[in-house]
Amino acid sequence: MSKVLVWVEHDNASVKDATLAVVTAAAKLGEVTALVAGSGCEGAAAAAAQIEGVAKVLKADDASLANALAENVAPLVASLMADYDAFLAPATTTGKNVAPRVAALLDVMQVSDILSVEGPKTFTRPIYAGNAIATVESTDAKLVITVRGTAFAKAGAIGGSAAVEAVGGAADAGTSSFVGSEIAKSERPELTSAKIIVSGGRALKDAETFAATITPLADKLNAAIGASRAAVDAGYVPNDYQVGQTGKIVAPEVYVAVGISGAIQHLAGMKDSKTIIAINKDEDAPIFQVADIGLVGDLFKLVPELTEKL
Amino acid sequence: MKALVCVKRVIDYNVKPRVKADGTGVDLANVKMSMNPFDEIAVEEAIRLKEKGVVTEIVAVSVGPAKAQETLRTALAMGADRAILVQTDDEVEPLAVAKIVKGIADEEAPGLIITGKQAIDDDSNQVGQMVAALLGRPQGTFANEVAVEGDSVVVKREVDGGLETVKLALPAVVTTDLRLNEPRYASLPNIMKAKSKPLATKAPADYGVDTAPRLKTLKVSEPPVRSAGVKVADVDALVAKLKELGVA
Ligand SMILES: Cc1cc2nc3c(=O)[nH]c(=O)nc-3n(C[C@H](O)[C@H](O)[C@H](O)COP(=O)(O)OP(=O)(O)OC[C@H]3O[C@@H](n4cnc5c(N)ncnc54)[C@H](O)[C@@H]3O)c2cc1C
Ligand SMILES: Nc1ncnc2c1ncn2[C@@H]1O[C@H](COP(=O)(O)O)[C@@H](O)[C@H]1O
Repeated sequence: MSKVLVWVEHDNASVKDATLAVVTAAAKLGEVTALVAGSGCEGAAAAAAQIEGVAKVLKADDASLANALAENVAPLVASLMADYDAFLAPATTTGKNVAPRVAALLDVMQVSDILSVEGPKTFTRPIYAGNAIATVESTDAKLVITVRGTAFAKAGAIGGSAAVEAVGGAADAGTSSFVGSEIAKSERPELTSAKIIVSGGRALKDAETFAATITPLADKLNAAIGASRAAVDAGYVPNDYQVGQTGKIVAPEVYVAVGISGAIQHLAGMKDSKTIIAINKDEDAPIFQVADIGLVGDLFKLVPELTEKL
Repeated sequence: MKALVCVKRVIDYNVKPRVKADGTGVDLANVKMSMNPFDEIAVEEAIRLKEKGVVTEIVAVSVGPAKAQETLRTALAMGADRAILVQTDDEVEPLAVAKIVKGIADEEAPGLIITGKQAIDDDSNQVGQMVAALLGRPQGTFANEVAVEGDSVVVKREVDGGLETVKLALPAVVTTDLRLNEPRYASLPNIMKAKSKPLATKAPADYGVDTAPRLKTLKVSEPPVRSAGVKVADVDALVAKLKELGVA
């Protein structure tokens, strides 16, 4: 049986949801060992031990691993890989930062953003903004993979009882340091795990209008807020709101696109949503080609009315 | 300090790709091709660093067919100083591209290597990180802001929760995100001037790189299509639909 090492995304205290889908994908390949690399990551290691399907937890606790700097993390993972056949990470910004660095150290061609496991070395993955799906078979001795979170069910966060083993070997490469972060705290559901998302586009004019129009509707629906690239570029909302080929991939129960035209790069990030609702004044907007429910008209009239009537 | 920028020739982002009927790939015959948009941002950033006096020379690199010359000429017209085409008709995977870029970096000794975060055709998001690994140098991926300060570079990165800042010792690798800058258009005189800028042609073998693919593509297929649903007449009808869905 194959041995699979899974990158646990965490904040030292708890495990992030993105990890759970990776465990599901990994379990299709073999026995799952979860790697918790961090500094003071006791809590996260304990949480990882409870994930259903995790057979063992490796805890690498070292000051040099505090902020998941790829320069420090990748050599550690690469050395641990002597005992494993595959390394799987979520296709989050952390996973995408670390995994290719591991792959190069192992001289392996990474399989990015997999949608399914078709065989021990065969996977499907989206290319060309999801306009084509490639089935690829790796010929490398070891596998390095990133996993699209929306494509796999989440493993249970509790129910498991894996043993936690401490591993050493971490070192500071001495070439990079963490300076700081600007991470907004929000009471709202997180974009990639929300059941309902309301997204706004360029039509929302400016940050104030975006907030005044989209936020009340999102509040009513207890929804996360997303945006098109155009809305982010124009500064209506921060960069982490961007949904699309090069932003976040989402697949909520309901996705409401307000004043978004439906460019292929945007569709790439949301077209697997269960129900898509579009509000746009242009009845020929491409978004209507994928929308289950469309409403044509001026959003500045329709959205307040909708918010009011809900 | 020298800057190396990687530019890939890809299908234009405005074109909707079509899967070939025989399932072997995407049809690129007679399709408009352009510089990968993230690579335009990479070239622009190098030019801005040169305008600030931080970068002294910009070398643009592309791995691809003879036609990738056009992409390099675009980089030269924007403001790169010279170009290297590593010519091959084979499809070259990110790992092999990274090895070639490493080979060029070993010869050129750039202080900064700038790549896009992702090529919009293979959507791999790997090359920059792999180049950094192969060179044993630090990486600033998904850059939103780049500032060279003495012998280090401070990179503000676009991450899932917002922004994060790291400081890297030079030489370093930076990969660009969308908000890093707005690339300039090449002016007509600069397009003319670019024609006489140096462009060297090499082969993967010159860097000792085997480009045989590690991933076998068994099949390329259409994604499941979503069909258009219904248009509702007014907000009341939409509210009724939302009630049916159990969200209102
Ligand atoms: C390399 C690259 C990567 C990209 N990645 C992404 C990505 O990840 N995500 C992404 O979203 N985009 C991405 N894009 C950008 C994408 O191509 C589009 O430019 C962008 O999605 C357009 O945003 P929009 O729909 O908000 O704006 P527009 O296309 O300008 O559409 C605005 C819409 O609002 C409607 N409208 C205007 N006023 C009103 C009103 N009063 N009431 C109702 N409707 C109104 C209009 O009819 C129009 O349909 C990328 C582009 C490139 C080149
Ligand atoms: N064939 C290539 N030639 C030059 N640069 C490339 C090539 N392939 C990838 N790159 C660079 O690597 C970045 C990331 O590509 P990828 O890892 O394929 O998504 C691109 O934005 C380019 O800057």
